[in-house]
Amino acid sequence: MTTTTSTIKPVKIDMTTTDTTTSAVAPRTLGERPTEDLIFEKSSPGSRAVDLPPLDVDETPIPEAIAGAAPALPEVGAIQVTRHYTHLSQRNFSIDGEFYPLGSCTMKINPRINEYAASLPGFTGSHPMQQDEDVQGCLRLLYETRELLQEIAGLPEVSLQPAAGAHGEYTALKVIRAYYKDRGEHQRNKVLAPENAHGTNAASCTSCGAGAINIKAPGGYTDIDDLKRVIDAEGPESIMALMITNPNTAGLFDSKIDEIADIIHDAGAMVYLDGANMNAILGRTRPGDFGADAMHYNTHKTFSTPHGCGGPGSGPIAVRDFLAPYLPAPQVVKTSDGRYALDYDRPKSIGKVRSFVGQFGVLVRCWTYIRACGPEGLRNIAETSVLNANYLAARLAERFEMPYFDPAKGKYAAHEFVTVPRTLLDKGVTLNDIAKRLIDYDVHPPTMHWPVRDCLMVEPTETEDLATLDRFVDVMSMIADEIESDPDTLRRAPESAPVERLDIVAADRKPITVHPMD
Amino acid sequence: MDYISITPAQKTSMLEAIGAETIDELFSPIPESCRFTGDLDLPPALAELDLQRELQKLAAENSAAANGACFIGAGAYDHFVPVFIDQFISRGEFLTAYTPYQAEASQGSLQAFFEFQTQVARLTGMDISNASLYEGASAVGEAAMLALNATGKRRVLVASTIHPDARATLKTQLEDLPAEFVLLPAGEDGRISPAVIAEHTDSDTACVIIASPNIYGLIEDWKTAFHAFQNAAGDVGNKPLNIAVFNPTACALLKNPGDCGADVAVGEGQPLGVPLQFGGPYLGLFAAKQKFLRKMPGRLVGQTSDGEGRRAFCLILQTREQHIRGARATSNICTNQGLLALRATMYMTALGPQGLRDVAEQSWHKAHYLAKRIAALPGYDLAFDGEFFNEFLVRCPVPASAIIDAGRAKSIHPGVDLSCEKVASIGAENQLLIAVTEKRTRAELDALVDLLVECAP
Repeated sequence: MTTTTSTIKPVKIDMTTTDTTTSAVAPRTLGERPTEDLIFEKSSPGSRAVDLPPLDVDETPIPEAIAGAAPALPEVGAIQVTRHYTHLSQRNFSIDGEFYPLGSCTMKINPRINEYAASLPGFTGSHPMQQDEDVQGCLRLLYETRELLQEIAGLPEVSLQPAAGAHGEYTALKVIRAYYKDRGEHQRNKVLAPENAHGTNAASCTSCGAGAINIKAPGGYTDIDDLKRVIDAEGPESIMALMITNPNTAGLFDSKIDEIADIIHDAGAMVYLDGANMNAILGRTRPGDFGADAMHYNTHKTFSTPHGCGGPGSGPIAVRDFLAPYLPAPQVVKTSDGRYALDYDRPKSIGKVRSFVGQFGVLVRCWTYIRACGPEGLRNIAETSVLNANYLAARLAERFEMPYFDPAKGKYAAHEFVTVPRTLLDKGVTLNDIAKRLIDYDVHPPTMHWPVRDCLMVEPTETEDLATLDRFVDVMSMIADEIESDPDTLRRAPESAPVERLDIVAADRKPITVHPMD
Repeated sequence: MDYISITPAQKTSMLEAIGAETIDELFSPIPESCRFTGDLDLPPALAELDLQRELQKLAAENSAAANGACFIGAGAYDHFVPVFIDQFISRGEFLTAYTPYQAEASQGSLQAFFEFQTQVARLTGMDISNASLYEGASAVGEAAMLALNATGKRRVLVASTIHPDARATLKTQLEDLPAEFVLLPAGEDGRISPAVIAEHTDSDTACVIIASPNIYGLIEDWKTAFHAFQNAAGDVGNKPLNIAVFNPTACALLKNPGDCGADVAVGEGQPLGVPLQFGGPYLGLFAAKQKFLRKMPGRLVGQTSDGEGRRAFCLILQTREQHIRGARATSNICTNQGLLALRATMYMTALGPQGLRDVAEQSWHKAHYLAKRIAALPGYDLAFDGEFFNEFLVRCPVPASAIIDAGRAKSIHPGVDLSCEKVASIGAENQLLIAVTEKRTRAELDALVDLLVECAP
């Protein structure tokens, strides 16, 4: 991250001196961290950065009863707009700039061919209300994406509508619920999930009016005895689904997944796979092969669509054939004459879960990525992401405790691993200290305190090169050394970011979410 | 191309460091019965050059409306997007950053979202805004959820004149919850009358949801509607919520939700610099009164300071969110539409208040010019008399689909056939919904009029 932000800064002019010609600037000193003014503070009345052609029709007066005032937005010129967003961009870590081993998020390269694809005018200019015959290209792309995702999942039907992973969970749970209601099993409204599940799982249950029940997961694995106990206690006929992430959030592929699936199916319920970690298994196993009845993808994880500071994502869901009638309408289909169409005639559908047909621009990138990789490429992605994670875990294990990683016992990591650096933390630093110190080494901190307290969850992804992985090992050992020799350095971190460590408690206590009017 | 940098020789030495013989060994936790051993039945890998050719072919199979004279609206509008936005949104520091959980390494996106929240709040006349939701329809659903949670009541009154997708999305959402979905019928004038609202309001009513402009392009009188609603609800402990569904472009010209007494204002953010791109990704806008801060769905950015007292920004009130609160979160949303919120804030900044006003005024003037010309044509008339913004419904002497078909050869996209499934067949087959943005030239407006003349029997 370069901090070329404004090399001058205004200083207060002392109005008591007579010499008003003193320059109101000062050079930036080494190590100084300037702030970037808000766009509102750069406003000067009358400035503008863009104009429109003159109006070429007669005006129609706007009745006073409905007219409103112009919005109180900043007025800035072209150069200010340009510099503002350039400076803001320079205050961010990104995959393009830094190693970003954020567990569970799959921060792999975002190939620019994907951006090219999504920016083609034939795609960007297509209106969602155009008739099917005008948008055959969009529809073919969507249909082919469906086919690609069906094959990768080993499941026969896909809906592309959900906007993100959590939205996919919500949609699939709705679909499962609709299936049971259609069969008269209205009482099935409880959803099981291991205690280390993503927070979205339980929240999605609530959005669907279903109750979420935790299953113990000691050592990272779903506890089969507890699973059976809960099913018995709640009554098998009340269970709607088990939501399970596999490989799970402890970075382990659950070897008993087939047994777990059998238990759920014996209860008459469904297995839902949270596909957040699909990257680790592409082409090596498929959710349909290990008993999943429904699942979601996160295309922004597995299929390289950019995270964009927090979105857009896309969360297509794949399901078994008996769930297909309940998928959201419309569904993109291929007609008997080889054309593509949106099918709204879906009497059992749960209806709509969003406007229009889905995150089309994201799905274009997803299609492009899968077509670039091909079947061997996808398999290589899974293999290399797992190799990279195990390599890092093996090299770090000496100084960073790995509660779930033990190659000697066949406990390999999937594409990510969890470390709880107890020995180092016992020396009086916090996990946050370690994380913030990583920023000074140009490494984005891994996921923290999840799925267990005091842990770092590291996911290097397949696209990092060996030199970057080795450097990360060096950085982590350096930090371990610093904890021994100079822990205060960690407590001061980050020293190189645009700001020092923030007071997040104050931010919550007295929330300021908008800039006040002048 | 799988974008992998590790070489075969490196693989061997890495396996050695792990203490494994083969890659297969790393996958040994997958039970044999579950392994997939064949090749996925997918098309073979394509090199970038071939991929470009394939993509161009696919894109060319569309006759994209925005590349012609686009009069299609119904929730997505063909506005002018300054080149600046595409250029700057493509910077890798924005494009390839994650959610700003590590605030010190994400001050750029955090400040941009703080500015976005401020701009949305000011545009809508509301106190606060979140950092975006998925899109307009699910934002309506989230607004209803907030109302149910805030009031503890069950009835959700929904104007039948909101976007059909929003209506359907909300219906799906309320289906399995302890909530009641109540559709308010429109009057002959295409709007929701205060009497209808009052008639459907009872002591268990959590909110009323009214869009303006509505699906017919008509401007609803939020103020009177909300007034009637609150009066009908009476002086109850937990006041039900006034929810306004807005178009952000209209807010630059007409009375905004805040002016009219909205408690929560939600809208489709697509008009703020987002291309049509076949319906997504767009962004949901969600603004509210200050008192609902802790019940807001989605991410919120707040201002704070660092150890040296520098102004800085971070995500706040995360205890509302799913990753902390699980089943008791205000919403299940995690990933939002960050890059689209960035687009929207860049758009509002680049255009400024005057630019936004120009966009809204030109849309108004051009839509009214066209409506007057069409109303003067034999056989054609406007379906409603009420005030509209940039979209209006025309009754045609022939099916709307015939006009749309006739436009195809001239690259004119005349509008939306209100009897088609894409708008839930809410209208008759001779009803054509026409939208006009600042992008349409007088020549294009006149060409549409000529087309309508040709289509008349």
